[in-house]
Amino acid sequence: MTKLLSRNRHLVQRLGFTFITLVAVATVIPIVGVIIFIIYQGGSAISLEFLTGFPYDGMRSGGILPAIVGTLYLTIGTAIFSVPLGIAAAIYLSEYAKDNQTTRLIRLAIINLAGIPSVVYGLFGLGLFVLFLQFGTSILAASLTLSIMTLPVIISTAEESLRSVPQSFRTVSISLGATRWQTIRRIVLKEALPGILTGVILGLERAAGETAPILFTGAAFFLPRLPGSPFDATMALPYHLFVISTQVPEMPIQIQYGTALVLLVFVLTMNVIATIIRSRARAKRQW
Amino acid sequence: MEKSLNWREFIITRAIKASGYSAIVFVLLIFFFLLREGLPTLGEVEASSLLNVRWYPIEDYYGILPLITGSLVVTLGAALIAVPFGIGTAVYISEIAPRWMREILKPLVELLGGLPSVVLGFLGILVVSPYLRVLLDLPTGLTAFTGSLLLGGIAVPTVVSVAEDALDSVPRSYREGAWALGATKWQTIWRVTLPAAKSGVLTAIMLGVGRAIGETMTVMMVTGNAPVLATKLGSLFSPVRTMTATIAAEMGEVANGSTHYHVLFFIGIVLFLISLIVNVIASSVVFRAKKRAERILS
Repeated sequence: MTKLLSRNRHLVQRLGFTFITLVAVATVIPIVGVIIFIIYQGGSAISLEFLTGFPYDGMRSGGILPAIVGTLYLTIGTAIFSVPLGIAAAIYLSEYAKDNQTTRLIRLAIINLAGIPSVVYGLFGLGLFVLFLQFGTSILAASLTLSIMTLPVIISTAEESLRSVPQSFRTVSISLGATRWQTIRRIVLKEALPGILTGVILGLERAAGETAPILFTGAAFFLPRLPGSPFDATMALPYHLFVISTQVPEMPIQIQYGTALVLLVFVLTMNVIATIIRSRARAKRQW
Repeated sequence: MEKSLNWREFIITRAIKASGYSAIVFVLLIFFFLLREGLPTLGEVEASSLLNVRWYPIEDYYGILPLITGSLVVTLGAALIAVPFGIGTAVYISEIAPRWMREILKPLVELLGGLPSVVLGFLGILVVSPYLRVLLDLPTGLTAFTGSLLLGGIAVPTVVSVAEDALDSVPRSYREGAWALGATKWQTIWRVTLPAAKSGVLTAIMLGVGRAIGETMTVMMVTGNAPVLATKLGSLFSPVRTMTATIAAEMGEVANGSTHYHVLFFIGIVLFLISLIVNVIASSVVFRAKKRAERILS
């Protein structure tokens, strides 16, 4: 007791607060530092030729267009599969599922999907899509692999957002004669849209930056042209950065930083958009 | 009109219900395909040589022990960094920071979570490891420690967001009660809020560790990839190779269906089971805590 009420407890508090603040600052500074550093180092590499040209001279010169386009394709491909499925699963959990053993099992499965290492997704994609279904090393196989990896992120954020729509909205809609699905589509989904969108973008952001799942399912070391169909392999920004920073000797440092910067901008833009959508929706919310 | 609407509604409802089960289907599919490609290992490599200390696939040495210890060393190091920094930051954001500061910090930490691991690995090669080599006077900067340092950074956002959620969900009345009894804010944090959020904080740590074990690109790029059995503390400052990095580095070069191929899938099974165990425990911790809270309320 004497210790708890000792005189210097306020001094202890001040020291403690300072310490915790320093810990938080030490955590955040490297994040800002990394971003500024890459912008600073890579900025000079960015030019129209770099963004719209093909690599040549063993990728030591030229641009990174095929990698940019490839990442775009993979992100879109991932969205095509994971967004409808993820939102549907979230609707099921929030609107239909009863609180029983099966639902608990589904939740456990979602948590597990979220925790499976990305390289294991790569193995799975190789086993199922590339070899068993014979899609080959392709955009299709890589997109499907990335979608399953993205699914838990989309499901859990979308469900949370659907659940935050007040129950009274549903009651009123049903009492006005709307069916359950009409209520979900016109009322619940509409209200939850910003939250769902935030989750979708954050999920796709992760997919766009991933390397391990596409290593053996769709990534190509070097392609002299753009992929022409979903069954072609593709270059991708994260894999390209990995290749030029570890596999290619005498790679100009400038191109490496430039590639890192383009990838960073790609991912950060998605992150910032998601953050803005969320904070605007929060500010506008009337319930 | 009425009739067609009913049909449509029926089909949509069915589709939604089917999607609901997709997560279970995918977990089972993943496990099935890992087993399908990985289990032949047990027929091709003897258990004793699988649990050996030598990983040298070209000469048919498939001992996965050095890979397991490699993963453990790197993950342990990452946890030692991510836990204090992650929980400290969570406490700061949830309990100490003014509102405007919170609005800046939370998106920033989320941003770190979104940074591609390959970018961190890239900076690890170019910046962190040369610096550490000189600073610690090592023969190479590509060591387990370098991996731990960067992995710690990767695990931090997970720890922060889960721990902050847990702290946030501690009812305000708990804190008010402590303040009313004369406790300072600092005392309240340590003696009331953190203990009340204990299970959530534990979950945060477990999920952070899970994230670190499964991380691939960063560790592959900066840990030097030497499959040497880690037996002592000094191993932290020498090159190691993790399970994830081994799969990523070697799968591209093996023939489908070869023993080496099967063993890499076998390592995948080990990783899958580790993440399964970590997540089941982490979620059951949350579950138990919820039950207890319900008991208290009723």
